[in-house]
Amino acid sequence: MATATARRTLVTTLLLAPATAWLVVFLVLPFIAVIVFSVGLRAPEGGYQAAFTLAQYANLGARSTAFWNTMVLAPAGALACLLVAYPVAYYLALRVSPRRRLILLALVVIPFWTSLLMRTYAWMYILGARGIPAFLDLIGIPDVRLLNTPGSVMLGIVYGYLPLMILPIYVSLERLDRRLLEASADLGATPVSTFLGVTLPLSLPGVMTGISLVTILLLGEYLIPTLLGGGKVFFIGNALVDLFLQSRNWPFGSAIAVTLVVASVLVLLVANRVTARISGARQVDLI
Amino acid sequence: MRAFVIAVFGFLYLPIALVVLFSFNAGRNASEIVGFSFRWYGTALSNPFLVEALQNTLIVASTSAVLAAVFGTSAALGLARVGPRTRAVFDALFGAAIVVPGVVIGIATLVALVALFAAVNPLLASAWPGPNPPRLGLGYSSIIAAHGLFSMALVTMIVRARLGSLSRDLVEASSDLYATPLTTFRSIVLPQIFPAILAGLLLAFTFSFDDFIIAFFVAGAQTTLPIYIFASIRRGVTPEINAIATIVLIASVAMVLVAQALLRRRS
Repeated sequence: MATATARRTLVTTLLLAPATAWLVVFLVLPFIAVIVFSVGLRAPEGGYQAAFTLAQYANLGARSTAFWNTMVLAPAGALACLLVAYPVAYYLALRVSPRRRLILLALVVIPFWTSLLMRTYAWMYILGARGIPAFLDLIGIPDVRLLNTPGSVMLGIVYGYLPLMILPIYVSLERLDRRLLEASADLGATPVSTFLGVTLPLSLPGVMTGISLVTILLLGEYLIPTLLGGGKVFFIGNALVDLFLQSRNWPFGSAIAVTLVVASVLVLLVANRVTARISGARQVDLI
Repeated sequence: MRAFVIAVFGFLYLPIALVVLFSFNAGRNASEIVGFSFRWYGTALSNPFLVEALQNTLIVASTSAVLAAVFGTSAALGLARVGPRTRAVFDALFGAAIVVPGVVIGIATLVALVALFAAVNPLLASAWPGPNPPRLGLGYSSIIAAHGLFSMALVTMIVRARLGSLSRDLVEASSDLYATPLTTFRSIVLPQIFPAILAGLLLAFTFSFDDFIIAFFVAGAQTTLPIYIFASIRRGVTPEINAIATIVLIASVAMVLVAQALLRRRS
């Protein structure tokens, strides 16, 4: 019997070995490296010089604009996404026949699986001088600038992350027990009070999943502010690219990266806490 | 509400439709349609830089997706055999690989690899007998490694979901009939989880194919298609880019549809 157990352990170890090696070499060790770099100094020629100092963290204020933009625009973008996504998710889950539901759901997912780069640059067309502003000029409203504003970045965010917000809300609405809705109507509730008293509270776990997911992804966003913000609306992601690839201030960039990860973890923890409070222990899967 | 939903679908598809439309535009101008033409597809496919970037992307995406499919499946099978504590550790690490922003993954990989190269390259140089010692550097392998990380997490998640819904009766029946574990795996388990593995592989390929930010950090001198497109856009959008974007769009939609169909198929 002992040999059977030993063989079982050996097989399990062998099955897990490649993934473990990959996770350690390309996730755990790199993170340790980033933490080590973040307490170091910038070498005179750029890059990293060994040291132990918290100077990089004390200096975070130097990139306060990027932090400020990200901390305001990421949650605001997630909320704007929510406002557009909720009616769509509601419609798909409760108002459409199952056959059409699948097709419409696929139509929601497809843009998410196509290149964000391509979808974002399409907006450079539409918002750029030859797009909507040219049209407005034609009908007598000259000199409108749409591109390279916080507004265009917000639009890009809503556009890019909408599918990711619709899906979890759809899942929680679709799992909702229809009998509860009937019971509510039988007991004389108006559609509005059924929605406010039954549907909305039961969909909150999905809403929280969507908000936390989109917010976390937005914290590290780079493409949308670069292409639609034209270097005027700076996110943390832009600061990181600048620090690593242009000014080669690796220790400072590492400190910002560590701060970003800590912020993401905080968002997740808060979201989990809120979800647990509003829903008992209901979980919403994304895939 | 119906009108609102229709408007949202319009919002989702209008920009994509414009890119496709302008890729067939005969003129160079982005604001007026002159006529229908395939000329920009010809221009795109005869641009050596673009073709090289496309080749690089295909190499990176297929290698990282295949590695992720093999190791991810193996990890999913392994995780079905371990206790809850080990599983929780792996769950946390795989979760991190998916949730940590791409910028940070890119930076971490860059920092770690550069530190590694700084340590290994002098050793290689001193141990090398000939005049031109090999030097490790950023390139294909660093992009494949970084993409393989989240792709593997993705495959593991999908295959584990499938393993969870696998009927245990067949597995038990198989071992009652004295099949070896390997035979049971080959003839019972593998056929059932194979669609999930393939779906994971296709999604991993699509993710890797589309990724810009991680590759931007760890590509070194290599150019992938998203990096090339990004650089071109900053010089000004050309119809050529619309053509290549349309090709990529059709390819990734096809791939995702196949993956979805595989995931939905119940055996």
